[in-house]
Amino acid sequence: MKKLLIALMTTVAGLSMAATAQAQEKLKACWVYVGPIGDFGYSYQHDQGRLDVEKAFGDKVETAYLENVAEGPDAERAFERLARENCKIIFGTSFGFMDPMVKVAKRFPDVKFEHATGYKTADNLAVYNARFYEGRYVMGQIAAKMSKKGLAGYIVSFPIPEVVMGINSFMLGAQSINPDFKLKIVWVNSWFDPGKEADAAKALFDQGADIITQHTDSTAPLQVAEERGLLGFGQSSDMIKFAPKAQLTSNTDDWGPYYVERVQAVLDGTWKTGNVWLGIKDGAVVLSPYTNMPDDVKKMAEETEAKIAGGWNPFTGPVDKQDGTPWLKDGEVADDETLLGMNFYVKGIDDKLPQ
Amino acid sequence: MDIAVNILLTIATAATPLLVAAIGELVVERSGVLNLGVEGMMIMGAVAGFGAGYLTGSPWLGLLAAVLVGALFSLLFAVMTLSLATNQVATGLSLTLLGLGLSGMMGTGFVGLPGERLPNLYIPFLTDLPVVGRLVFGQDPVFYISIALIAGVAWFLFRTRTGLTLRSIGDSHTSAHALGIHVLRYRYLAVLFGGACAGLAGGQLSLVYTPQWVENMTAGRGWIALALVVFASWRPWRGPAGGYIFGAGRNGQLHAQAFGIPVPSQFLSSLPYLATIAVLVLISRNKRLTMMNTPAALGQPFVPDR
Repeated sequence: MKKLLIALMTTVAGLSMAATAQAQEKLKACWVYVGPIGDFGYSYQHDQGRLDVEKAFGDKVETAYLENVAEGPDAERAFERLARENCKIIFGTSFGFMDPMVKVAKRFPDVKFEHATGYKTADNLAVYNARFYEGRYVMGQIAAKMSKKGLAGYIVSFPIPEVVMGINSFMLGAQSINPDFKLKIVWVNSWFDPGKEADAAKALFDQGADIITQHTDSTAPLQVAEERGLLGFGQSSDMIKFAPKAQLTSNTDDWGPYYVERVQAVLDGTWKTGNVWLGIKDGAVVLSPYTNMPDDVKKMAEETEAKIAGGWNPFTGPVDKQDGTPWLKDGEVADDETLLGMNFYVKGIDDKLPQ
Repeated sequence: MDIAVNILLTIATAATPLLVAAIGELVVERSGVLNLGVEGMMIMGAVAGFGAGYLTGSPWLGLLAAVLVGALFSLLFAVMTLSLATNQVATGLSLTLLGLGLSGMMGTGFVGLPGERLPNLYIPFLTDLPVVGRLVFGQDPVFYISIALIAGVAWFLFRTRTGLTLRSIGDSHTSAHALGIHVLRYRYLAVLFGGACAGLAGGQLSLVYTPQWVENMTAGRGWIALALVVFASWRPWRGPAGGYIFGAGRNGQLHAQAFGIPVPSQFLSSLPYLATIAVLVLISRNKRLTMMNTPAALGQPFVPDR
C-alpha cells in the first residue's frame, strides 16, 4: 500500500513538473480591448500590435485577447481570468481599466501588467501612452497650407485632456503657417457613430470649411470629404482606401514596437515597471504617407515630422491661452503633467470648451 | 439657399433609416407583437447589405440581401414568440444582442474596405432644377422607398380589409380567433415585414449613409425607431413627422455648434429624446385617445386552443 502511494505521488509530481516545463516553453501574452477589433480604429490598431508580436516571436509566444470588455467590474473579471489562464504579461488598452488592473495586479504578483493611457503604476504594473498630439501639429500645418479659405472643421468626441491637447496642437501648427487660421469645432458626444460623424462633416463643409479633421474613430467624415471633392485627415488607422483623393495623411498609432519590446523583456527576464509616453521618435505615432498635396507642402510636413522626432515639442512658447493670458514664455516647453490635464484652449480658437 | 438645400438633404438621409425601421415595427405592433429586436435586425441588414454589395459589386443586390437577411432574422423571433409563445420582450432583447454579436463575426472580413454606394436618382433636366431639383428628384433610392412604404402601410392598414383584420388581431387576438381568423399567420407575416424593413434600414446605413462596414454601426438607431412608433402613436403618417423632427434636431445641433451658438451640445443631443417623452406624456393624458390607438393585445402571447 505504502509503495503504491509513493509511486502515485511520484507520478503526480512528475506530471506536474512536465506541465510546468511545457508552460515555460511558450510565453503567453494577453490583451484586453475596450472595443471590437473590427472598429478599424483604436482597438484595431492595438490588435495589429498583437499580431506584430505573433510575427516577431513565432513559436516562442502564444497570444490571446478579449475584446469588447466594458470598463468597470467586468474588466476586473477579464483580467483575473487571463491571469489564471497562465498569461505572463497582460496589456489593458483603455483608461477605464486602471483600477481593475491595479487590483488584479496586486493578487498576481508574478504576472506583468501593462496599462495604456493610465497613470497608476506598481512593481508589476507599467503604464504606456502615445503622444498623438505630435502628429496633429503636422496636420495643422498641412491644413493651413492646403485650405483655400483658412478654415478647417474639427469633429470631436468628448472634452477630455487628450482631445483638447489635440485641438490645441493642430491649431498651433496651423497658426505657425497662417496666424489668422480659423477652426470650427463640433462635438458629437460619441467616440464612434459613423452616421453622426458623417452629418457633422457635412455640416462643417456646408458652413465653409474645406478641410476636416476628427478625433472620433470612424472613416465616415473622410468619405464625405471624398464625395464632395474636399480634403481631410484620417484617424487611428490609415484610411486612404476610403478616401484616395481626400486623405492628406492619417495620425496612426503603431503599438507593435512597444509590444514586441515588452514581451522580449519578459522572455529575457529583464521586464521592469515604467511609465512611458511614446511619440513620433519611438515609432508609436506614425503619419501615414503624405498624399494629395504639392511637393513643397509634403517637404514642409516631412521637415516638421523630423523636427518633432528630434525632440522638439509642439507645445513650445510663446503660447497664450484663449483669453489672452500668457501660458508659455518664449522657448518654454509645456511639462507632461500640464498636457495630461489640459482643460483650456490656446489663443485663436473660437469655441467655448464644454466643461 | 444652397446651404438650406444641403441641410435638408442631410436631414433626409439621417431620417430615412429611422422611418423605414419604424414603419416596419409599426405594422408588427399593430398586429399585437412587440419586437424589441429592431436594432439586431437592422445591424444584420447592414452587414448583409455591405457584404453582398461588396462581393457582387452591385449595391442593388446588397440592398436586396439586406432586406432578405432582415426578414430571415426576424423569422427566428417569430418562431420563438409565435409558435413557441416565449416572452416577447426577452426574446426581442436577445435578438438584438445576438444580432450585434453575429454581425460582428460575419463582418470581420469586411472591416476596413470601402464599399459600393447606391447612386442618387438623376433625371436629366428635373434634377438640375434649382432647389426642388435635388430635393425632389435627386435623392437616394431608399428615400423614395421610404415614402412609398409609409403611404403603402397607411393605405393598407386603414383602407383595406386585410389591414382591418390585422388591426383587429392586434386589439383582441381571442376575438379574432373566434371569428375564424388565422391569428398566427397574420402575425408571422407582420413580423417578417418588420424584419424586412429593419434590414432595409440597415442596408441604407451601409450602402447609402456611410458606405462601409464597422461593428455596431447602427449605434442605437433601432431603439430610436422603436421610440418613433410610440411617438407616432401607431399612426403611419406621424412616423415621418417624428423621424424628420428627430433628424432635424440632430443635424440642427451640429450646425448650431459650427455656427458657434453657445448652447451645450449635450442638451441639444438629448432634445429629440425629450420630445419623445413629452409626446408620450401628452398622448397618455387622454385615456380615450390612447386606448383607441394602442394595440390592446400588444406584447401578449397567443396560444390557439386546439
